[in-house]
Amino acid sequence: MNAQTTNARTETRHFRAEKFDFWSFFFSGLTGMATLFILGILATILLNIVINGWSAISWHFVSTIPKKDFFDANTTGVLPMIVGTAFRVIVMTIFVIPVGVITAIYLTEYAANTSLNTRIIRAAVNNLAGVPSIVFGLFGLGFFINFVGKNMDRGISNFGPSLDNILQKYLHIHLHLSASDSSPVWGQPALIWASLTLAVMTLPVVIVATEESLKAIPTGLREASLALGATKLETILKIVLPQALPGIMTGGILAVSRAAGEVAPILFTGVAYYMASLPGHLSDQFMDLGYHIFVLATQSPNIEQTRPILYATVLVLLMLTFALNIVAILIRARVRKKLRAMG
Amino acid sequence: MAETLTPKLVPKEISAASAPTAAPFIEIEGVSLYYGASRALKNISVHLEEKVVTAFIGPSGCGKSTLLRCLNRMNDLIDGVRIEGSIKIGGHDIYAKDVDVIELRKRVGMVFQKSNPFPKSIYENVAYGLRLHGVKAKSDLDTRIEESLQQAALWEEVKDRLHSSALGLSGGQQQRLCIARAIAIKPEVILMDEPASALDPIATARIEDLILDLKKYFTIVIVTHNMQQAARISDHTAFFYIGELVEFASTTKIFTNPAQKRTEDYVSGRFG
Repeated sequence: MNAQTTNARTETRHFRAEKFDFWSFFFSGLTGMATLFILGILATILLNIVINGWSAISWHFVSTIPKKDFFDANTTGVLPMIVGTAFRVIVMTIFVIPVGVITAIYLTEYAANTSLNTRIIRAAVNNLAGVPSIVFGLFGLGFFINFVGKNMDRGISNFGPSLDNILQKYLHIHLHLSASDSSPVWGQPALIWASLTLAVMTLPVVIVATEESLKAIPTGLREASLALGATKLETILKIVLPQALPGIMTGGILAVSRAAGEVAPILFTGVAYYMASLPGHLSDQFMDLGYHIFVLATQSPNIEQTRPILYATVLVLLMLTFALNIVAILIRARVRKKLRAMG
Repeated sequence: MAETLTPKLVPKEISAASAPTAAPFIEIEGVSLYYGASRALKNISVHLEEKVVTAFIGPSGCGKSTLLRCLNRMNDLIDGVRIEGSIKIGGHDIYAKDVDVIELRKRVGMVFQKSNPFPKSIYENVAYGLRLHGVKAKSDLDTRIEESLQQAALWEEVKDRLHSSALGLSGGQQQRLCIARAIAIKPEVILMDEPASALDPIATARIEDLILDLKKYFTIVIVTHNMQQAARISDHTAFFYIGELVEFASTTKIFTNPAQKRTEDYVSGRFG
């Protein structure tokens, strides 16, 4: 038996030494080519956009609210789209991070790992990640606008007048909640509903990233804290979460990247074809870079005239996404540095 | 300092379960522990004395660490663990329904096998437990932290860099910091789970000196794989084998004249 094994080994060695290993060569070549191919595609897209878009970008372009024809390069601008996109992404982040982090904490720290409960939640999270974004848009319309928003309006018109009376009588505050009863305020597409729809869509990204970073924290640290007489909550808040912060922020960065370019979820929930002013309130509709790109590409009466604006708008969207990412990455780097230095 | 460390309750009358029983402080009676269906501890009864170092020895998987972790209820954290029997510390049944686990863990501290300082400053590592238990004033914290670091024989080495990261310390220093952190909240018992197994001989010697020093103030239970270590630092030794307590006696007796054949084979290095 022993002799046989030794024999087999020497044979293998001979085989390797003498023959050219075709499959090794083939696979290293294949993986290298695939990588090059992807890099090539990425470079082509970026170069095409930068070369064609750069000349059309000017301070005027990024700082103007278009007043009439936004298909005309001389009068158009993308300020409301930049503001709208940034605004919706920031509001989304404010909602998605706490909900995602709390869910991840429940899944990793509290739920029994093998219980039916946990498995159902995990399956739900994974399925959420696989739902097409247009479906989220329809969900946002049906749930946030038609259900939540309409009921908010109804509540305000029912209780608003009496609430106004009470506030005026005792606190001397004039909110005029009742003024809205004729036209819907919340029961229509609005920035908050678009942001919430995006938050639901990016929830799995944040949950998974947070879970990974929580799992990476050594059990020894949790045990050390508990053995000192800390409660589970104290351990999570004071030991676990600070350590997980960079990972949570990675989740946030991924969510922002995903959401910034999405159009389908906001289509029915808040985006407008044209707005004469910047969005200033959560119940306002807004213009959006991604949607504006769609509009420029499909609705223009003069394609040749619109093309430079289209390129420029795409470039602005890319730069905005990069900018949001870079801000988040810089903050994360600071947090990491602080964590490493101390605590 | 010594006054605050004495137990609040006088132990109950002495029963004659296992060998050294002058004044049992930790009374383990008929303890069995199950991970799901498998039984990791089999009907263990042993009484440990106050302000004495008791060593738990035995081959890997014999249940010594599991029993240690019963004493501050760290096993509660593991799913599917079931414990039978009773454990009393200072006369209190620590598995009684009305026991506050937080209070128990404050009185029964623990040092782990792998040094696990928090990724915070040296100062904050010791301050953490103190703050949990209501020490808030800066001056109080400063005194208690200096006191604990001195007791853990670490003060001289770190007094100039209290606010730098604990992760910059050497392995042995980190483990002494973990000891300082455990004693800062003035427990009555300190459980040590192979505290020197990851350290070099010099660092190990320092930890052993420290343990001998600390037994003036604390009841110490130490799990160790290192037979010489058990012989050097412990007063009493319990030998475990596959979930059973084989023998419990004074360390001298265990190492020179054990009653059981299995103990003799193990301490003389014939197996394990």
